[in-house]
Amino acid sequence: MIPANFDYSAPSTLDEALSLLQEHGDEAKILAGGHSLIPMMKLRFASPAHLIDINNIPDLSSIKEEGDSFHLGAMTRESDVEHSEALTGAFPIFADVTKLIADPQVRNMGTIGGNLAHGDAANDHPAVMMALNASVEITGPEGTRTVGIDEFFFGFYMTAVQPNEILTGISIPKQRGKVGSAYHKAERKVGDYATAGVAVQIATDADGKCTYAGIGLTNVNAVPMRAKRSEEALVGSDLSDELIAQAAMMASEDCNPSADLRGDEEYKRHLVKVITKRMIHKAIQRAK
Amino acid sequence: MTKIRCKTSKEIGGMGHSMKRKEDARFIQGKGNYVDDVKLPGMLYMDIVRSPYAYAKIKNINSEEALKVPGVVAVVTGRDLEKYNLHWMPTLMSDTQMVLPTDTVMYQAQEVAAVIATSRYAARDGKEAVMVDYEPMKPVIDAHKSLDADAPILRPDKEGKTDNHIWHWEAGDKEATDKVFNEADVVVKQDMYIPRIHVASIETCGCVANYNKVDNHLTMYMTTQAPHAIRTVIALVAGHVGLTEEKIRVISPDIGGGFGGKVPVYPGYVIAIAVSFLTGAPIKWIEDRTENLQADSFARDYHINVEMAGTKDGKIQATRFKVLADHGYTDASANPSKFPTGLFSIGTGSYDYNNAFMEADAVYTNKPPGGVAYRCSFRVTEAVHAIERITDRFAMEVGKDPAQLRMENFIKKEDFPWKSPTGWEYDSGDYHAGLKLAMDTVGYDDLRKEQLEKRAKGEWMGIGISTFTEIVGAGPSKDFDILGIKMFDSAEIRVHPTGKAIARFGTKSQGQGHETTYAQIVAEELGIPAEHIQVEEGDTDTAPYGLGTYASRSTPTAGAAAAMAARKLREKAKKIAAYLLEVSEEDLEWEPGKFFVKGAPEKVKTIQEIVFASYTNHPPGMEAGFEATHYYDPPNLTFPSGAYICVVDIDPETADIKVRRFVAIDDCGHIINPMIVQGQVHGGLTQGIAPAMYEELIYDEDGNILNGTLMDYLVPTAVESPNWETGHTITPSPHHPIGAKGVGESPTVGAPPAIANAIVDAVSHLGIKHLDIPITPFKLFKKLKEVGAIS
Amino acid sequence: MTMKKITVKLNGAEHSAEVEPRLLLVHLIRENLNATGTHIGCDTSNCGACTILLNGKSVKSCTVLAVQADGKEITTVEGLATAEGLHPLQEGFKENHGLHCGFCTPGMMLRAVELLENNPNPTEEEIRWGISGNLCRCTGYNNIVKAIQYAGAKIRGDELPSTEPEFV
Ligand SMILES: Cc1cc2nc3c(=O)[nH]c(=O)nc-3n(C[C@H](O)[C@H](O)[C@H](O)COP(=O)(O)OP(=O)(O)OC[C@H]3O[C@@H](n4cnc5c(N)ncnc54)[C@H](O)[C@@H]3O)c2cc1C
Ligand code: FES
Ligand code: FES
Repeated sequence: MIPANFDYSAPSTLDEALSLLQEHGDEAKILAGGHSLIPMMKLRFASPAHLIDINNIPDLSSIKEEGDSFHLGAMTRESDVEHSEALTGAFPIFADVTKLIADPQVRNMGTIGGNLAHGDAANDHPAVMMALNASVEITGPEGTRTVGIDEFFFGFYMTAVQPNEILTGISIPKQRGKVGSAYHKAERKVGDYATAGVAVQIATDADGKCTYAGIGLTNVNAVPMRAKRSEEALVGSDLSDELIAQAAMMASEDCNPSADLRGDEEYKRHLVKVITKRMIHKAIQRAK
Repeated sequence: MTKIRCKTSKEIGGMGHSMKRKEDARFIQGKGNYVDDVKLPGMLYMDIVRSPYAYAKIKNINSEEALKVPGVVAVVTGRDLEKYNLHWMPTLMSDTQMVLPTDTVMYQAQEVAAVIATSRYAARDGKEAVMVDYEPMKPVIDAHKSLDADAPILRPDKEGKTDNHIWHWEAGDKEATDKVFNEADVVVKQDMYIPRIHVASIETCGCVANYNKVDNHLTMYMTTQAPHAIRTVIALVAGHVGLTEEKIRVISPDIGGGFGGKVPVYPGYVIAIAVSFLTGAPIKWIEDRTENLQADSFARDYHINVEMAGTKDGKIQATRFKVLADHGYTDASANPSKFPTGLFSIGTGSYDYNNAFMEADAVYTNKPPGGVAYRCSFRVTEAVHAIERITDRFAMEVGKDPAQLRMENFIKKEDFPWKSPTGWEYDSGDYHAGLKLAMDTVGYDDLRKEQLEKRAKGEWMGIGISTFTEIVGAGPSKDFDILGIKMFDSAEIRVHPTGKAIARFGTKSQGQGHETTYAQIVAEELGIPAEHIQVEEGDTDTAPYGLGTYASRSTPTAGAAAAMAARKLREKAKKIAAYLLEVSEEDLEWEPGKFFVKGAPEKVKTIQEIVFASYTNHPPGMEAGFEATHYYDPPNLTFPSGAYICVVDIDPETADIKVRRFVAIDDCGHIINPMIVQGQVHGGLTQGIAPAMYEELIYDEDGNILNGTLMDYLVPTAVESPNWETGHTITPSPHHPIGAKGVGESPTVGAPPAIANAIVDAVSHLGIKHLDIPITPFKLFKKLKEVGAIS
Repeated sequence: MTMKKITVKLNGAEHSAEVEPRLLLVHLIRENLNATGTHIGCDTSNCGACTILLNGKSVKSCTVLAVQADGKEITTVEGLATAEGLHPLQEGFKENHGLHCGFCTPGMMLRAVELLENNPNPTEEEIRWGISGNLCRCTGYNNIVKAIQYAGAKIRGDELPSTEPEFV
């Protein structure tokens, strides 16, 4: 349970952190909540030569409502998200997802930025951010750029964040009309990574017609994935039970789960189908 | 529920009082003393290099780089130990096990070399730098293939071994049983696998070995449930290098849960001793959780074929059991020596029939050695699972409600003592009362109605019963020994002049609350307040010899010894009281805490006065002081029982399983401390739901463990664990001095079949007759798919 | 590797130490500062035996670096009782038989401190989810739930629930 040795710095400004990254290049890793990184280092699956701890940089942790979007600082802890009434009020999906991520102690440390930057399809926030159509702010030596969530994940542990960059924030647009969201994952026991998880956000207009559908899937694809066909089927429709069932079926067909101890492909596809259906209904029910 | 009656006042706190635990004060304030808290001057730390392969030749171990790591002092290999003939050790089952290998590794995570360093961190770095060159071989992983003609012989080290068979065992009357089977109306059969699981106590194993060269004396702090037996084993292993038994002191400090996993001797302990012996420095070794799950203390791993024969109206007539036992690389069980399958032969159950036959064969495979008696009197869990599952299968086959079928087949209360078809003499029981209480509590008839209504709506719920008979308290010396040492246990009571006492035992609590319950037994017998009786265990230099705590044996053996030693003292007290009151012994009457003259209660001597007199004014001719020791050799085992009912709800879309209710009625005879007994039951039930629904050690065909961490080995949390509802009936053991039977393992033994039966019951209308544990939603889903019940 | 000088306040007392950056907080507490009430039960951040309060928040000290605690306040089981006596949780665990071997207990109590701070009157369900990062292999959790309910009542100043075992 003991990591290999490394050097450590804890800069107090973003600029300082960026120049340290520049200096140490590939050898360095950002330390955010540390609850994916340190476990890997303890098992010596990762042995970075230098850790740049960004916990002491002020202003990276915040939840702000800015006009028609919410802005989350990268270092916002899961427990901050969980306890933010503004955020969970607007997006009940955040109450759903945080409850299902690990356990309270992990959530006191784990950050929302780290959850995305880790680039693991087993993490829960990627699917949620897809459902919400979030965009990610990335800051590097050249300044800050914004990347849509669909362009963020590249592969196993690979994201749009370059070795000399830091994920600094996440922006979540508020959809118009009646909006509802929900998340659920099947897990072997509480705190486990998902066997399969589904995040859904639905918006409808005054006539009950679907104006927005966002569906993200957890741990049923090599990279976090959006159930595109399902979304397209729903948008513009009146969200009939039948259509919802079809959309759920599409999600289960389009994902690419691999067999592991949590289940085989058939089981996971089945779960995607059932949970997608249930979450769409729940999102609609919650819409306000 | 039977009411618990107390003979003593609350102040005395004898049996039946829910006295708060005396040991808690230190634990809640962070002042427990667990082995990793032991720190000695000059102590070095050990970490262990482990095999990535299940079966491989070791071509070379290169320690050069490791020795360059700052802080690393030494790297020890099997070749090093071989020089002192310390590279092999006996197991408790008289098999043999490598301490460190000289040429071949036999299972993944086996110890290969030890790195000694000045800190934990340096030892870990050194381990990373040890280079081992292996030549992997094709392992034997599937127990069923272990006896195939082309299977490699895994133990050529054992003279004359030409296959991987370890032993064959039988019980019961084959011929008579076969005859009943041939003539029976109904025969049901089921193959089942009781998976390999792990005790996963929250504290792992570890030790600090401190050899003092000057005195030629070893002090061994270690996580052991059986300190005395371990001292003897160490003497057997290391006697030839001068470590004879009087030179060894084993101290078992506070233990963070044992459950049977801390009975065996693991190689790490022996390596630590060897290194301390060679270097003269104290050596600390504390396993990581991953090492603990991957290399130590597996339990179960029984492949069972069970059959039941009976009449078409539901009378059980006979059972047959055939077992294939996977012991991994060596038989490192902790069974009584004459019982290779432990007490599996209790598997005929709580039912009144006369014919049974059981056989078992054990095999070697390339998996870690075992299996330990995980909260179990040696294979009782496996046996109970088999009989309780097959009883449900039988009920289903003859179309009878499983509760009714059990009621009709139970051994009747008046038929005890009852001779079982495999030769046990059940001491006492009232099975009908237990099941009735469980049914009334859970509202059985209403639940059955609800189930039918739900089924009509496509909703699934199930009700599962397990009515088990346990066998604990090993055991009578005519049959029971470990490595030849008889399985008695001991108590020594020493009462100080002011009437306060210290009592020492050969057992070792790992959370069971001995410091409180033993004090209560002594209080019951002597009337000295339990508050003033200090209990000590775990130090071989001070405690009397005993075989330790496991298999729910502490109360039946050491608890009995406490009562017997206290009774010796009461006899002495009576003599002193007679002397002081100037009456004859026959004129005295005892009431907890005092002797008084019959018909003249004002003429009285309290136990405190009597004790004081034993030091200040003892009768002429009598030995002074107030001390007694007793080694209790039980005349029989005790047979606790239980009736458990579990209610589950199943999501027909996802196959998710939720335990809605669980009612556990236990009968462990007289209860010493109801609060502690209930706590034991709660804990054991959670350890019962664990293998029923979550836990199993899984290996791939190359012998790689697939879930050797707590990320994937799914120990239930407070969310998985339901709110347990518990109660009791009380049928005292007629032969036990205080009528107690032992309870620690009942819930772990009894819960899995109740849960499995409930889940199968929920889906039985779909044609499902059996599911192996752990029954996960995934496993259930596959079965539902197979029968076309889920789309 | 460069050593780092850190200063932490453990249960109110300030300590400085020169540490390797990789030193885990749990080892700082147990080995350097000799407060062995905090335990280690796993190597994958699952068991919660190492739970402490870091600036008042419950965290798994096996998954935090000692250097990350620089300048912060740490509370461990040794810091729960005050001159007035046991902490309500300590009392709750003792009175309700909320522990057997005691190995998980310090972590369990520290976690519960924060749980009750955030939610002084939790339901059984909330308690169970609230301690889902702490494994106990001994108690079956029933009495841990009871212990936390008891402590909650005590902190709120409500009437204390019975500590007698309940049987069906
Ligand atoms: C027992 C346990 C159970 C868990 N269960 C779940 C679960 O069910 N669901 C789930 O989603 N997660 C789970 N996690 C993971 C947890 O949520 C992590 O906290 C999260 O994945 C990573 O966030 P972090 O802030 O801890 O990141 P860190 O561990 O600090 O970092 C993770 C990676 O991202 C990089 N990184 C982090 N932040 C930034 C940044 N701002 N800019 C650039 N790079 C950055 C780091 O360099 C590192 O490579 C679990 C963790 C544990 C220990
Ligand atoms: S030691 Fe297990 S979570 Fe920290
Ligand atoms: S009391 Fe032993 S692990 Fe909880």
